[in-house]
Amino acid sequence: MSARTKPVRVKGTGESLRDFPTFKLVSYLVLLFLYLPLVLVVAYSFNSNRVVTVWKGFTFSWYTNVLANDDIQRALMNSLRVAIVATVVSVIIATGLAIGLLRMHRAGRTFAWGLIGAPLIIPEIVFAIGTLALFVQIRIPLGVNAITLAHIAFCVPFALLPIRARLRGVDSAVYEAAADLGANEWVIFRRITLPLLMPGIVAGALLAFIISLDDFIVSYFLAGPGGTTLPVYIFGMIRNAITPGVNALSSMLLAVSILIVMISYLLTRKKR
Amino acid sequence: MATGPALSIARVSKAFATPEGGEVRALDDVSLDVTDGSFVVLLGPSGCGKTTLLRCIAGLETPDSGEILLRGERIDHVPVWKRRVNTVFQSYALFPHMTVAQNIAFGLQMDKVGKAEIERKVGESLEMVRLSGLGSRKPSQLSGGQQQRVALARALAKDPEVLLLDEPLSALDLKLRRGMQTELKRLQRETSITFVLVTHDQGEAMAMGDQVAVFDSGRIVQVGNPEEVYLRPRTAFVADFIGEANLVAAQRDSSSLTIEGLGAIDAATLANPEAVETGAVTVAIRPENISLAETADGAGVVADVTFVGGDIHVDVELGANRLNVRIPSHGAQPPRVGARVHPTFLPQSLRVLADS
Amino acid sequence: MTTQEKTPKSVESRTAGQGSWWAGIPGIAYLIALVLGPIVIIVIYSFLSRAKFGVGVKWVFSVTAYQDLFFGESLAGGRTFDPTYLEIIGNSFWYSLITSVACLALSIPVAIWMATRPERVRTLLVFLVTIPFWTSLLIRTYSFIIILNDNGPINWALKSLHIITEPITMLYTPFATVLGLVYTFLPFMILPIYASAERFDFRLAEAAYDLGANRWTVLTRIVMPSVRPGIVAGTLLVFIPALGSFLAPELLGGGKTSMIANVIAAQFGASRNWPFGAALSVLLLVITLLVLVVFAVLARRASKASGNANWESLL
Repeated sequence: MSARTKPVRVKGTGESLRDFPTFKLVSYLVLLFLYLPLVLVVAYSFNSNRVVTVWKGFTFSWYTNVLANDDIQRALMNSLRVAIVATVVSVIIATGLAIGLLRMHRAGRTFAWGLIGAPLIIPEIVFAIGTLALFVQIRIPLGVNAITLAHIAFCVPFALLPIRARLRGVDSAVYEAAADLGANEWVIFRRITLPLLMPGIVAGALLAFIISLDDFIVSYFLAGPGGTTLPVYIFGMIRNAITPGVNALSSMLLAVSILIVMISYLLTRKKR
Repeated sequence: MATGPALSIARVSKAFATPEGGEVRALDDVSLDVTDGSFVVLLGPSGCGKTTLLRCIAGLETPDSGEILLRGERIDHVPVWKRRVNTVFQSYALFPHMTVAQNIAFGLQMDKVGKAEIERKVGESLEMVRLSGLGSRKPSQLSGGQQQRVALARALAKDPEVLLLDEPLSALDLKLRRGMQTELKRLQRETSITFVLVTHDQGEAMAMGDQVAVFDSGRIVQVGNPEEVYLRPRTAFVADFIGEANLVAAQRDSSSLTIEGLGAIDAATLANPEAVETGAVTVAIRPENISLAETADGAGVVADVTFVGGDIHVDVELGANRLNVRIPSHGAQPPRVGARVHPTFLPQSLRVLADS
Repeated sequence: MTTQEKTPKSVESRTAGQGSWWAGIPGIAYLIALVLGPIVIIVIYSFLSRAKFGVGVKWVFSVTAYQDLFFGESLAGGRTFDPTYLEIIGNSFWYSLITSVACLALSIPVAIWMATRPERVRTLLVFLVTIPFWTSLLIRTYSFIIILNDNGPINWALKSLHIITEPITMLYTPFATVLGLVYTFLPFMILPIYASAERFDFRLAEAAYDLGANRWTVLTRIVMPSVRPGIVAGTLLVFIPALGSFLAPELLGGGKTSMIANVIAAQFGASRNWPFGAALSVLLLVITLLVLVVFAVLARRASKASGNANWESLL
């Protein structure tokens, strides 16, 4: 007994045995690598020089400039319209799927998972031009509505994951208890299932919203003449003339994304 | 009070498909009458079908065949939400997004009870389970024992014809369990609602049940009050499952019963000579009903002696049989391992068992 | 004792209030139309002929699109072997491979370091690594135009330190493309490896030290085998999207370093050859699926070796 439980020798510097040298340094550098580019985008948005990377002085004017631009306002409205509709529809679809998946037979479930996961695995470019070809073939006009239809498809998996996680955490005896106390299927859904899923639904909606808001490739191919979204507009700006205006617009988009992820994160964390 | 049983289960069977494609008969032609206002315990090891029967009564499962009658009316095809039967779930199944009061009110809202009446009932139920003042808490803010009481209050608030309890105490620690046993008995007496409780704990069954129905492999093998099932087990399974028993092979002929190493006993002195009248039988004898006398020519040899507090357990080898004997620790010096002993007992403490 | 198996649970049993499979039907129908539909139409288009003005297709069966992958039209009018597109496919593979290896080299130390932090720090770190994933891919790629620019911060710093006098051209090179890919896909590598490392019981490492192992041995023989499922999953999650990348080669490679996706996009844009674009898409899809199958086999082996299977949770 005593031979086996002798204390572990601590070698060298007294550093924990769980640490490996240089791992800490590499990790700090990687975190810096992940954030420095984003910080630079934001920093240069305040550059008063027209040439982005040559610093001249501090200004807010790019923000006011950009926000006053009619085309950008239109692109922003398009993006919001797409994102809001895609979010609502994909969350409804995902909630149904989350519930349905639990009661499906194995073959059906495998098929459903294949469909749900496909947009994550199929190269985005293939999905984009495939949808383009489909819409041209069945004469769905390109534009905001076409973009929305496509966004719903790839927002579903992102909306589904938090809802499903939430649903799996529910003790199924709770539904039985509700039925036992006199609730029929519809009442159980409205008074038990839906309220219990709500944090997952909100988190899923937030994720679907950013995924749609940030999408470029699919929107780019489906935009047509009037369907320019914000990322599509930014792409055009990058192609034509890069000014700190691109940075200002990008910074705002970054801020919205990061804010939304944080909210979603806090929502799902609190329920632990 | 109306005559006839409150709840009557007639020849109910239920089979489940196993994932491997086979079939498990969870309930095999089960019949049981539950007297109005009584406390009935369904007792058996896990997987014996007792919980399935409870779920069939609640309406959470549908029997393959047979009838379930509540006060003479068939309910086996009434959907679960319309049955005047309520359940206390093993995991309590409290609604985590509702307060304690909202949990209790839920069932009443389903019955379209008026607001004032609901409020009164909720207060009354909370008082009954001694949780007054905790109505605005969320279930997650309560202890296990308190959650258990909420589950009880929620089911009782609907004034069910029968209250079903599925292993309600299994999640509580030992001390709390003792307290809740008394509490459940009290509630049952005060409300005079018929209770049907499922447990695998024979001590719990003995302590609470007016009637105990012992399950084995999807069948009810014996029904009776606790004394009956303990003192007069009908099968080896019952004898072994309830308390401890030595099951010993014996030979019965018209006038006597012969046990290897112990000789013959006059059949007339047995407690139930009519059980089996001839041939090989199994007899049961409780460990505390055997005494040991140390003699050089004893038929048994002491194999092991264990001190367990109030009792001393002595293992005696008796030919091919092994006897488990319990003697009080405050008595005489226990025999040593290897000593020859002669086991003695009163013939009436032997039970001849029916084939199971 | 015949029925005393596990708790009976019917396959068919429908428990009250848990909803029904048909709740998933609208979703499945929608996804069939808008996920399966585009794939089916792409496969069909790849076997059709080019339309007169290049937009859309002519409904005449043809395998020209697939021939175009290998043969070009020679001046004489005949067809000769032309490796242009094969080279682009080869390039795509090569860039994706370098990206995966670079991500792997960076992620293993990070993931293990993260997994050995206290609980609260760990969740914060996971969140920090996740955030870039949720920000716009376009903007993340764009940020490297700023960084790698001739006037960008790197060249500025090098000039200020008098290391160089003329700016180093970094933008619009294969290096820029790969750097952009590494940057965008790094979180996909860190997170699955971290997920494996977090489940690793570090008392095993202590036991190994106790038995006389040094840090290197502990790392390579004790820790690494148990993070192998994470490595396999992470490599898959980096390699597959890298292979189909459009933005990094488009914006950072400057047209000089096309990958498959850029050629596909061109067919639906300026080049106007939809059947050929469709054929390339089918090819990319087939390659993707093959890679997926290979990794699925590897993953099964890796999870068997380390004794934990957690494939679905990575989705």
